[in-house]
Formats: sequence, C-alpha cells, structure tokens
Amino acid sequence: MSAAIAAAGETPVVDRPTEAPVAVPGTTAPHNDRPDPFGQSVTRLEDLPLVRGQGRFAADLSFPHQLHMRMVRSPVAHARLLGVDASEALAMRGVVAVWTAQDVVGIPCIPLREGPSVELDPYLQPILARDRVRYVGDPVAAVFATDPFIAEDAAERVSLDLESLPVLTDATAALGEFAPGLPTQPTTIRKGYGDIEAAFAKAACTVELELATGRHSGVPLETRGAIGRYDAARDVLELHGAAKVPHRNRDALARMLGRSPHAIHLFELHVGGGFGVRGEIYPEDVLVLLAAMRLERPVKWIEDRYEALMTTNQSREQVHRVRAAVAADGFVLAMDDEFFHDQGAYVRTHGDRVADMTAGILPGGYVLPAYRVTGHYRLTNKTPAATYRAPGRFESSFVRERLFDAIAQRMGIDPIELRRRNLIRPEQMPFPRGIETIEDNIVFDSGDYPLLLQKTLDALDWPRLQADLQARRAQGEAVGVGLACFVEKSGLGPADGVRITVDFTGAVEVVTGGASVGQGFETVVAQICASTLGVDYRRVRVVHGRTDRIQYGVGAHAGRATVMTGSATHNAALRVRAKALDMAASMLGCAIEGLDIVDGRVIRRGDSGPGLALGDVASALAPTARARGEREPGLTAEGWYETPSMTYPYGVHVAVVRVDRDTGAARVERFFVGYDVGRAVNPMLVEGQIVGGVAQGIGGALLEEFAYDENGEPLAVTLADYLLPTLDDIPPVEVMITEDAPSPLNPLGIKGAGEAGINGVGAAIAAAIDDAIGQPGAVTRLPVTPVRLKALLRQRAG
Amino acid sequence: MRSVAFQYHAPRSLDEALAILAEVAPEDGRIIAGGQSLVPTMAFRFVRPGHLVDINRIAGLDRLSEQPVVASVPAPDAAPGTELVIGALVRHAAFHRPVVAGPLGRLLTEVAGHIAHYPIRMRGTFCGSLAHADPASEWCLVASTLDARLVLRSVRGERIVRADDFFTGVMSTAIEPDEMLVEARITLPSAGARMGFDEFSRRRGDFALAMALVSFDLVDGRIHSPRVGVSGVEDRPCRIAQAEALLEGCVPAIDVFQAAARAAAAAVDPLEQPQLPAIYRRELVESSVRRALERAWV
Ligand SMILES: Cc1cc2nc3c(=O)[nH]c(=O)nc-3n(C[C@H](O)[C@H](O)[C@H](O)COP(=O)(O)OP(=O)(O)OC[C@H]3O[C@@H](n4cnc5c(N)ncnc54)[C@H](O)[C@@H]3O)c2cc1C
Repeated sequence: MSAAIAAAGETPVVDRPTEAPVAVPGTTAPHNDRPDPFGQSVTRLEDLPLVRGQGRFAADLSFPHQLHMRMVRSPVAHARLLGVDASEALAMRGVVAVWTAQDVVGIPCIPLREGPSVELDPYLQPILARDRVRYVGDPVAAVFATDPFIAEDAAERVSLDLESLPVLTDATAALGEFAPGLPTQPTTIRKGYGDIEAAFAKAACTVELELATGRHSGVPLETRGAIGRYDAARDVLELHGAAKVPHRNRDALARMLGRSPHAIHLFELHVGGGFGVRGEIYPEDVLVLLAAMRLERPVKWIEDRYEALMTTNQSREQVHRVRAAVAADGFVLAMDDEFFHDQGAYVRTHGDRVADMTAGILPGGYVLPAYRVTGHYRLTNKTPAATYRAPGRFESSFVRERLFDAIAQRMGIDPIELRRRNLIRPEQMPFPRGIETIEDNIVFDSGDYPLLLQKTLDALDWPRLQADLQARRAQGEAVGVGLACFVEKSGLGPADGVRITVDFTGAVEVVTGGASVGQGFETVVAQICASTLGVDYRRVRVVHGRTDRIQYGVGAHAGRATVMTGSATHNAALRVRAKALDMAASMLGCAIEGLDIVDGRVIRRGDSGPGLALGDVASALAPTARARGEREPGLTAEGWYETPSMTYPYGVHVAVVRVDRDTGAARVERFFVGYDVGRAVNPMLVEGQIVGGVAQGIGGALLEEFAYDENGEPLAVTLADYLLPTLDDIPPVEVMITEDAPSPLNPLGIKGAGEAGINGVGAAIAAAIDDAIGQPGAVTRLPVTPVRLKALLRQRAG
Repeated sequence: MRSVAFQYHAPRSLDEALAILAEVAPEDGRIIAGGQSLVPTMAFRFVRPGHLVDINRIAGLDRLSEQPVVASVPAPDAAPGTELVIGALVRHAAFHRPVVAGPLGRLLTEVAGHIAHYPIRMRGTFCGSLAHADPASEWCLVASTLDARLVLRSVRGERIVRADDFFTGVMSTAIEPDEMLVEARITLPSAGARMGFDEFSRRRGDFALAMALVSFDLVDGRIHSPRVGVSGVEDRPCRIAQAEALLEGCVPAIDVFQAAARAAAAAVDPLEQPQLPAIYRRELVESSVRRALERAWV
C-alpha cells in the first residue's frame, strides 16, 4: 500500500485497482509502441514560457497610447455619499477624466451569473457607488490618466463628502438596512429531508455545538488586472486579462454594455492564480471597457496588493449552530443546522451559491436519515464575499467533522469507528442525498468511502502512529492527530464542447471554451486528445480563454475543466479519429477495421509499414482536394459532452500537529491526503492540485484571516497582516490517489481534483489540536491563531 | 501603492551626503540605506519624502571593525575594552557568520537569522534598523540591551548618543533631520559571557510579537551583572530591572529563570494592538525571557 503514496517531490503513484494498463474507453486498441498518455504523469506543456520568463500576465500587456485607471475608494465602511469633488484632480496635468456614478448612469449593477433573482438583485454592486458606500474599498470614482503615478496622485485629490451610517460587522447580530426597505438578509436557504423531530425524540443522546470559520480567501500572487481596448476599425471591444469564465463574462458584459456578444471579446493571458476569486466580473472590468469606448484609448488597470486584499472577493465567514441526534450505537439519526453566512457588502456574481453549497454538502458522506438546515444569508459592511476553492466545503467539513468528533467524545466511541458506522456503504451507490444544491439534485455517483478510510489508516500505519504520538505526549510534548472525511463535488454541467482540427503538418489544435488558471489545463486536455486520437500529446495545442475562437465555454471553476472539457475533447477526438480512418481507408484502399492511429500515423494493424501521416490525411480532406470525395472538408470535428449531474469524488485528510504550550503556536508536522479521483488523467497534476490546496487549507486553519475592527476597518490589507503560509509552514504533503470509483457519468470515469487538497484541512487540523492539547472539542473556530489557542489553554489551566 | 514623486540624490562621499541632507532636510529629505523599511512605507504613502539621499555609493560605510573603547561623552564611565563598530552600510547579511570571536559574534549571528528573509537581509542595514526604530526590531533590542553607542553626524558636527536616549518611541529616535547615523558601537563582552536570545513570530521572518535578549557573566558559579532586554511589546526596547535584580547573585537554575521571566512579564506594559490582548503579550514575554535565559545557560 505504501507504494501508492508519494512524498512531496516524487512522482506520485496511483493506487489503481486493476493490473492491466488503463485503456481509454472508445479507442479501438491500446497504442502499443508508445505508452498511452492518459493516466501518465507527463510534464506540463505550459511550463516552457513560464520558466523562461516569457509568460505574459496582465501587467505585461500594454497598448500604444493607453490610459491608466485608478480607483477612488471609500475610506469608511458605511456612509451616505453626499458628493464627490474631482475638480482638483481634473486640473492636474495628465488627467483625462474622472468618473463618478453620474457618469455611468445607464450601466446596470453587475448581474448574477446564473440569471436574475428577485430576492438578490436589489443587493447587487453598481460599478461606482451611487448614494451609499458600504465597505472600505467600495469604488466611488475612477480616474483616468496618462501615467499610473499621475492617476494615483490624482485619485488622492478626489474628495468625498460622506455622512456616517451605523456599521454592521457581525452577521449574527440584529439585522440592519442595506437601503431603505431592504433588510440585510436578502434570502434564507432551507433544505432538508427526513423527520427531524422524530429523530431527536428517539435519540439516545444529542450533541450541540457552535462553530465558526473565519474570513479567508484566495490570494493569487498576480493581482487582478484588466485592459480594455476598443478596435473601432472592426467595431470590436476587447477585454484582456480575463480568467476563469471568459465566455460567461463576455455574455454578461455584452448585456451590461448593450453590445452583441460578437462585438465584444475576452482574452485570457497567463493567470497567476485564480482560486475562484480571479476572473469574476468586478466593477473595474466594466469601467475599463466603458472608458476604452468613450475615451477612445486603451485603458489599463492593474490592482495593487492593498486593493487586492480589500476588494477582491473574500470567503468562508460563517457561524454554525449545529446539533445531532445520535442512537445508542453511535449511528447519527439526524443533523440540524442553523448558520449565518457573512456575505459582506453586496451580492456578487455568485449570489447565494456558497451558502447554498454549504447547506447542500454539509451532510458529507454519512448516511444521516434526517437533515435540516437553515442558512441566513446576510450582508455586512465588509468586502463582498464569493467562492474560494472548495466553497462551502471547507466550511461544512469543519462543521460536520467537528460535530462527529464531539459525538465520538460524548459517546465514548473511537472517532474512526464512529465514522465507519455512519459512512455510506458502496452497495448504497448511487446514493441520492435527498437534496438539491446549485440547481443540481445531489446523487453521489460512485464511491467506496469505508475503503478509502481503511486505505488511509493502513497507509499511515494508524496503530503505530497513535502509539508514537502517545509516547511523545508522555514525554511532555503537545502533539496529536486529527482526521476528516469528506465528499467533494465536481464536473458541474450541463454541457461543454470543443473543436479539434488536424492541420497538414499533423499538428492538432483543440479549441475549447475552457480556461487555464495555471492548473495544467492544456496538458490534461492534450493528454486526453492525444490518447483518443493516437498522437503525441506534445503535438496538441490547446486554445483556451478566447471568446473569439469558440462560441461557448464553461471556463475553469467548480472542478469542471477536466471533467467537462476533458470529456468533450474525448468525444471530439473520437470523431476526428473516425474521419481520419475513413479517409485513410480510401487512400490506402483497405477496410477501416484494419487501421489504427499510432503516434500521428495511420497504420495497418499488424503491419510494420510507415502508414500514412495524419497531416497527409488532413491534406486529402482539404476543400480543394479531389481525394476528399463527398466528405465534409477538413480533418476537424466538434464534440460535445452533456452531463445529467455532478460527479462526487471523496477524500480523507489526516493532520499531525504539534502545539507550543508557551506561545500557542501550532505547527503541522505531517499532512496526509487520501483521495479517490475516479480516474487520474495526470497523477502528477492531481498531486500538485492537492498539495497546493493543503497549503491554502493550512493558511485558513492557522494563519489567514481577514479581520475587521468594530468600525468595519479591515485589519489585514498587506501581506504582513494577512498571513499566507510560507514553505516553512507546510510539511511535505503525503498524497494517496486512488481510482476505486470511476464516475459512471462520463466516458473517461474522471472526477475533479482541484479542491481535494483544501476541503478537510480545517477539520483535520482542529481535531489534531484538540488531541495535542488533550482538550476534546476545544477548537470551535478557525483560524486557530496563537492568541486563540493560548486562550483555550488558559481556560483549562484556570 | 506608488510613492509620491521625490528627488533622488546619490552622493559619493560622506561629506557630500551630509551637505545634501542639511539642504533637503526641511523638505522631508531622508536617507535611504537598504530601503527595506522606507520603500514599503513610501509605497503605502505613509511617508512622502521630497528627497532621498542614497548612501549606498559612499565608500567605507560598510566598515565592520573592532577598536578600543573611547571613554568619552556620553559614556565617561565606559569600561575600558574593545568595541565592535558597525558602519552605516553594514547589511543584516554581514552577520550571517560571526563578525567577531566570542559570545557577541555568536549572538549576533543567531539574532540576524530572525530578521526578515534572505533577500531583505542582503539589502537591509543594521543602522537603518536602528534609525527606523520599529518596536519589534531585533537590532534595536541588541543596541538597547547591550548599551550601544550611536554616532550621529551632520554638517554641524558629531555627537554620540547612548541607546537609552536614542530610542524615543514607536519609530522615533534622537536623530535630527539633518543627521546621519554613521556607526553603532557595542562593547565586546567578556569571553565567558553568557548570552541568549528568543523571539516569537507568527511565521518565520515575520516581525516578532515579543522577544528577549539576555546576557550575564558567571562569577564563582553565580550570575553577575545580568541584562534582560525585552522588545516587540512596548513602544521601544527596554531593560527589565526587576528581572535583573532577581537574577543577580543567583546560581543559574530553571526556577530562578522562571521567576525572572515572571517578573519581566509583570513589568512590561504592552502596547494596545488590535487582536493582541495584553495578557497574551505578557505570556510571550515570560516564555521568551525564560527561553533566552535557558539558551544563555546551556
Ligand atoms: C517583509 C519584511 C520583513 C521584515 N522583517 C523584519 C524583522 O523581522 N525584524 C526587523 O528588525 N526588521 C524587519 N524588516 C525591516 C528590515 O530589517 C529593514 O531592512 C530595516 O528595518 C531598515 O533598514 P534599511 O537599511 O532597509 O533602511 P531604510 O529602509 O533604507 O531606511 C529606514 C529608515 O531609516 C532611515 N535611515 C536609514 N539609514 C539611516 C542612517 N544611517 N542614518 C539616519 N537615518 C537612516 C531612513 O531615512 C528611513 O527613515 C522587514 C522588512 C520587510 C520588507
């Protein structure tokens, strides 16, 4: 078993149930003389320019004659905006324009991505604040100048006339007013199934907790950036620096600006980290486009770090009041949760999806015959919130797993045993959860949760690990272990398509509406295409993040890219392959069945002859080529993939943590991730995703917090205050990837991997800290800062 | 995060630098040494200097040497001996290896390892740290606890200030706008002196939330002339007389250290800071002082 675990830096080994090489379903035969790239840890196609310093990020892109935009932002958390005086700024040399809300009157608020909502729409963010400012950093005016220094100088001289309003910073406090007649709770999320009251009535024991996750978010090292350009010669408006969901954003921007989607295009550059926060539509994206048209010059905006930590989406802040009804044998009969979701100052593009997802995924992989949840979706005067890697899952795993630890403690049952008794068994698959989330009926498609738990315990040599820790505790060390089980979700549909074309040199182009946020998207898509088509993956060029090349796209979010775009690529490659074989059969004068494509050449099976180069087959399919006959021109095909529902990978996280009783510092000594990804297209990339996620999880568990004072003043606006984990804070992460439960929903059996590393980190670390300090249930709040941990230790001592 | 416009000067000699400084001081002219504190604060526009006088091109300012202690103002009582002289351009990284033999060299190496990160240590300077006077600066604690003498020079002349009089508050010192800190002088302790340092920061390289530096001699197995310095807690580094009094004359032992550590914790008056309750800062002072004493003793 230990062979399946890769320590950081080693090539990961996948724990595959079958001995045989994994054949790609749909291809006619394994390609024998070159290993099938599917499932191999091949090196990344996208690295060459990056390691050579040839990458191009938003700040690297400039257009001749461009202007620079600088935002004037609210210095206070809540106030009436009585006036803006820009006269001094306008008088400065190099300042071209200063805009306030009055200048953008016709532009609607930034809409919800998933369509209008009567409840949420009144709370959306305008691109410039109108009569109120609602958080520190709220954009009030935009300065356009010939130089970024001048723009910043000028922005300082724009004066705001503000009249303070009461500040709300606590989502559990009494409701306030967003605007007259609009309370700060736009909506309430309710879900559930089963008979809660009956379950509690017959419970042998009930356990109740209050738990909180702190404000935490993705902090891409590349801050946001947007360059707007209007090409009057072609009447095309361009936004450069797009990420994550270029197509969805193109459509939304087209609506906001009243343009046809054919006349506005988004272009992705290299993306220095996305994590969910980068690539949403923010006010600045709209402003650079509008300004590019009105001022007739390209307009560039690059967010600075201070702005990034003050205005880019934040996430995670929730308070849960949860209780469980438990039978005498430890079987959990019901879970009942009420939670408060701190959305910050406005509803942004995701609406209430994070809260909704929290409510939907909270039960995790446990049977739980009855469940009820009420989520209060609340606005406060803090930076608006939205998705961050594993949205709703990092939070809900913390809550659920803390609850299960508390139950174990209360019932005197070993926490592992308690989980075993409650996990959904493989014979119960597919398992309908009985609730919907984000418009998807949750059905766990496949999984053997107890098996993964067992494999994890075996890999760690659990009894020995426990004995070692026991011995160290006996020596006075405060060291402990914690474990968390979770179910992930991925492959949010409903559909994605790609177009594959082979040119006359035999090079392959895959045009997708997917996006790359640095996760290895190009490599994975190339691997799938190469495997299905029968070419070297390095001959596959993957085009993404360009709305002018393909009409639709799902982008890169919600663990979607590999599942959706990968499956569509597979389908398109099958069609190209069929077309190539058909053409080649007529060129070679033989039957299709006798042909195969290996390494970019059509060959006769069992024949060592050179065969036909795919490029020549493509030439024969040129519109002008006689050989083509009646066939559609071009060695090209589109392929679509539609999914009925999401696919659910699952994992187990284990943390070993040492606590310094004097200082309250907690150090993660060891972190183990067991994860079933269905099928790993590229295990190295899966591992990379997991290790990065663990690092961010450790940040959220111990270090990172967007704290605010009672006036709504943000306390973490530099990287000296918002503490990202450094290499020193991250132990080598041990990763065990298993393929015990391929998804039955897609042709390749794949499930997503992007959020596997972060999901259960807060939960596992919390449990490990409890264990280390010998205070079960002590940790109820993330992050566990030294100040808070010291307070817990003091509580016990005093 | 772009600084306001400023004029940049790059003098080649100390005299030239002081002359320019005298001229531009009234327009918030400042020295830039390593730039590792100044540049970030300029980027945030917390400071808006009209002129920067870059001292990096002045030869000889990176001098690091030993010389006999000159018993002069303001330390007429300075014991005869040898002092370490640290010039204005001596970088943090210069201390990555001991710069003098004996306990002081070892201590400074240990301390340097806690300052920021490698690239910052390659630029930032010892004297720049003192001039900047961050309450959590390691070098300020060293200067204060070891009673450094700071040499200030301007076109008006030179004066020497004791560390005690030098630090006047959070990021404020006795340096006049037209003055430059040309060197810091620290008396070398006896070869047998015991020195120990400890700090706590959230992450490696972060500014510490508390730190302690101790030194003492051992005479007939007993602690003699102990110094206990604490920093990162109050507005400037301070010596803890109560702790020193408890240690004087004692045989080193865990309970003695613990008592001194408690006394230090009780004596400090932590700065009000959001999210850092005073009780926690005191606990950190206690553990830092105890650990520093243990390290000195081992
Ligand atoms: C991420 C980060 C982490 C850090 N962590 C730590 C830490 O843990 N501990 C720590 O102590 N420091 C830390 N620092 C600060 C660093 O040590 C600086 O180098 C130091 O504080 C200032 O030295 P400098 O040479 O860079 O001075 P500069 O930044 O050039 O100048 C700082 C100030 O001192 C003045 N000045 C500089 N030299 C003189 C002189 N000779 N005479 C008169 N005035 C002068 C300048 O005018 C300016 O006002 C950190 C810095 C960063 C960026």
